[in-house]
Amino acid sequence: MANFAKPSAPRFSVEVYQNEFLPEGGRDVHAIVTVTSTGGAAATRAAARGSAAVVIMVDCSGSMEYPPDKMRGAREATAAAIDTLRDGTAFAVIAGTHVAKEVYPGQGRLAVADPATRAQAKEALRGLGAGGGTAIGTWLRLADGLLRQSSAAIRHGILLTDGRNEHEDPAVLRATLEACAGRFTCDARGVGTDWEVKEVTGIASALLGSADIVADPAHLTEDFTLMMENVMGKEVADVALRLWTPVGVEVQYVKQVAPTVQDLSDRRTEAGPRAGDYPTGSWGDESREYHVCVRVPAASVGQEMLAARATLLLPGAPGEPPATLAQGLVRAVWTDDLAASTAINPQVAHYTGQAELAKAIQQGLEARKLGDVDGATAKLGRAVQLASASGNADTAKLLAKVVDVVDAAAGTVRLKAKVADADEMTLETRSIQTVRVKKS
Amino acid sequence: MHRPSGCPSCAEPLEEGDRFCGVCGSPVSAAPPPAFRDDPTLPIPTLPAPPAGPTGGYVLAEPAPGWGSVAAGAAPTLVGDAAGWSAQAEPASAESAVRPGPDPAPAPAPAPAPAPVPPQGSSYGAPDPAYGGGEIRHDRPGGPGSTPTPPEGTPWGAPEAPYGGAGPGHEDPYASGTPQASGPAAGDGGKTCVACRAGRVDTDGYCEHCGHAQPRERDHLEEELGSVAAVSDRGLRHHRNEDSFAVAATALPDGSAATVAIVCDGVSSASRPDEASAAAAGAANEALLEALPRGAHPQEAMHDAILAAAAAVNALAPEVPGAQNAPACTLVGAVVSGDLLTVGWVGDSRAYWVPDDRDALPRRLTEDDSWAAQMVAAGLMGEAEAYADVRAHAITGWLGADAYDLEPHTASFKPDHAGVVVVCTDGLWNYAESAQDMAQVLPVDAATRPLHSAQVLVGHALDGGGHDNVTVAVVPFAAPAGPGATTTATAAVARAESEPEGQVEPEARPQA
Repeated sequence: MANFAKPSAPRFSVEVYQNEFLPEGGRDVHAIVTVTSTGGAAATRAAARGSAAVVIMVDCSGSMEYPPDKMRGAREATAAAIDTLRDGTAFAVIAGTHVAKEVYPGQGRLAVADPATRAQAKEALRGLGAGGGTAIGTWLRLADGLLRQSSAAIRHGILLTDGRNEHEDPAVLRATLEACAGRFTCDARGVGTDWEVKEVTGIASALLGSADIVADPAHLTEDFTLMMENVMGKEVADVALRLWTPVGVEVQYVKQVAPTVQDLSDRRTEAGPRAGDYPTGSWGDESREYHVCVRVPAASVGQEMLAARATLLLPGAPGEPPATLAQGLVRAVWTDDLAASTAINPQVAHYTGQAELAKAIQQGLEARKLGDVDGATAKLGRAVQLASASGNADTAKLLAKVVDVVDAAAGTVRLKAKVADADEMTLETRSIQTVRVKKS
Repeated sequence: MHRPSGCPSCAEPLEEGDRFCGVCGSPVSAAPPPAFRDDPTLPIPTLPAPPAGPTGGYVLAEPAPGWGSVAAGAAPTLVGDAAGWSAQAEPASAESAVRPGPDPAPAPAPAPAPAPVPPQGSSYGAPDPAYGGGEIRHDRPGGPGSTPTPPEGTPWGAPEAPYGGAGPGHEDPYASGTPQASGPAAGDGGKTCVACRAGRVDTDGYCEHCGHAQPRERDHLEEELGSVAAVSDRGLRHHRNEDSFAVAATALPDGSAATVAIVCDGVSSASRPDEASAAAAGAANEALLEALPRGAHPQEAMHDAILAAAAAVNALAPEVPGAQNAPACTLVGAVVSGDLLTVGWVGDSRAYWVPDDRDALPRRLTEDDSWAAQMVAAGLMGEAEAYADVRAHAITGWLGADAYDLEPHTASFKPDHAGVVVVCTDGLWNYAESAQDMAQVLPVDAATRPLHSAQVLVGHALDGGGHDNVTVAVVPFAAPAGPGATTTATAAVARAESEPEGQVEPEARPQA
């Protein structure tokens, strides 16, 4: 399937799960496209010198000293992340306040990881102190400038904040994210509970990275190490999911549904006639699932058509066509067999439920914040029901910290009177995390 | 509805907005729009027959004056009937009663006024207005008649011409199951989408422009082996062809020729019905080709062939005990060896006997393994009542791992006159249920042009709506050497199994 030239690169495979049968007049075709990349990481771990560049952005605003273990935790976590850097990786550290400041190596450069530079970088972290405001856009713009010098395929940022983006117009941050999208990927973390969930998840979503809460600064080191290991495991970057559709077929939506729910519909860039590319960022050994929904022209019973072709593309060198990594076909077949056309594909059903789960949590928490008890109870009850039915145990646990579950199967819950901020923020941040289809 | 649905030159189906035919390249607008009728294009003669013999393929759809009386005089001419067959042979008097002389019976198509009737036995080859425009003529006589004259050098009458499905009312050219590869005038590229004409076909078999699936090899298959021919078509309502057939010729130990035809219909409600039918047809054919040359009695060989086919279908089932919906199919086969005609079947695929002399009575040779047939056989219901029931077409016998109790039916006959055996799936006989109907659809020159006849029969089913896959094999049976040798009823049946007796309760399996 994959015709990727580098022998050490991961192999991609695409599988499509769908019920291709439509009743007469049926038009909506749903499919779960599972993309799996395997076999690359081990082969290249030692060899890939200069294949990655990472910039760590540490919040150094005044609030990081309240309590002081936040700043200490951030320093230690950054040091641990630097220790996790593979030799040869380009890196830099930025201290972020209402302005962005280079901590290491400085002068607008990136350092190349080796024992000496790692030691120097950790030494430089000692100088980090808290003071000033928060303007995350400036941090990202500086990171973008640094990463642009690197020819590395994997360009990644790690961003840590403890507060709201108070010293910057939200529009500026939005514009910055739009400018940076596609240039580098970025994981975002909120430490403590004084930050805005939507800001942090928005950054991660726009820059195709992960978002999470580290409520207790003591856990930062562990989290940063994992994050950096994840980055070091990435093999190929800027992979695009290209969706080709025939004449007359409209794309309704394209969503990543595992490991997290991310609507990619608005991220489409046109790529030739009737084809559009959806960014997926960089890949290591991993598997992701996408829910594709297209609307086909009505056709009569007995017909079959290709509703969409999903292709995984790796951009080629300038002037060269992109390399096709793998592809899968979404089909539509019209039948008068009702048993066939009314069946719902288990994968489609599962991920439709997971997407609804994420939405129910977000809407439920929003209603709760607004004091709408009935709305919150209904939505969070539905979320409990969905989480229970789909086996999403992690989310079910988080929900149980926000509501008292009376009957999970029926979705009967009561809102807890007192909910820790950390629990609510954790639920909101992780609401988009999904589980795979249960193997029956 | 009222636009040309087929290329005026080669009858390849067209799409709205096409200006040139995607197959032969003829300008669409250049030809006058053919007249269309939304009626099934039943072969209704409108012109007297040309003096020449069997130039055309269409027999009278309506009884001619004298038909009844002549038929009344023709006694059933099959000999060696299997037990129980007598009930099936309608008495000639009943035939007369049903078709009273020259009065035109209500026809499926608005029939023109009854045409002058030719002498018995003549056939019509003249063009029929009902076949204008998008319809395919498989045998176009030299005289153009009333249909538009095709441009020069167009592939009229090419035997592999895309078949049927382009008729008026079939809005969708794609559904015609036209074999793209065999299109007579397919362009050099040969990879233009049959649906939109605009896109190329990608390696997956879909159009790069409109996404439509391109016809697959199995969508329309034809095979002719001199003594036998078969045609299989996807039909107009199913997305794939789950029927299969095998035809073969071999030699008996005494050097005389034997002909084999097997037709199978995959059970749609089972998994992988297309594989089941292909496996069954192939296995039965091979078994017969192995058994007949070493002198096995054809009926014995047919019995064993059905068992072999069943084994082949069983082998497709996953080895999970109690697994549901194991692949399944029906089977009907015919062997013509010397003066012996042998049929065998399981399920509701059928074999018909149509004498070359159309005055003689045609016969159905098989008895369905179906709910309705069993109800009638058991005397619990009248035929009309049984076949009107929703359960009528549920089959009670099939080949497959979950078959209730496999009971191959076989029968042998020694006809004393020439004729053809029509071996078919219900995709055909749903549109020509009775033996009389089948005989009327079958061209009179079926014995000499089996492939053409099979094409006509498939076309008949497609014109009727093509709701199922259609597969038919036409096997000519030559009259025994001694013409006067009507030594009747020598009970040549070695092991003719009578119809299932009273088995009305076995589990029924719905068949699409």
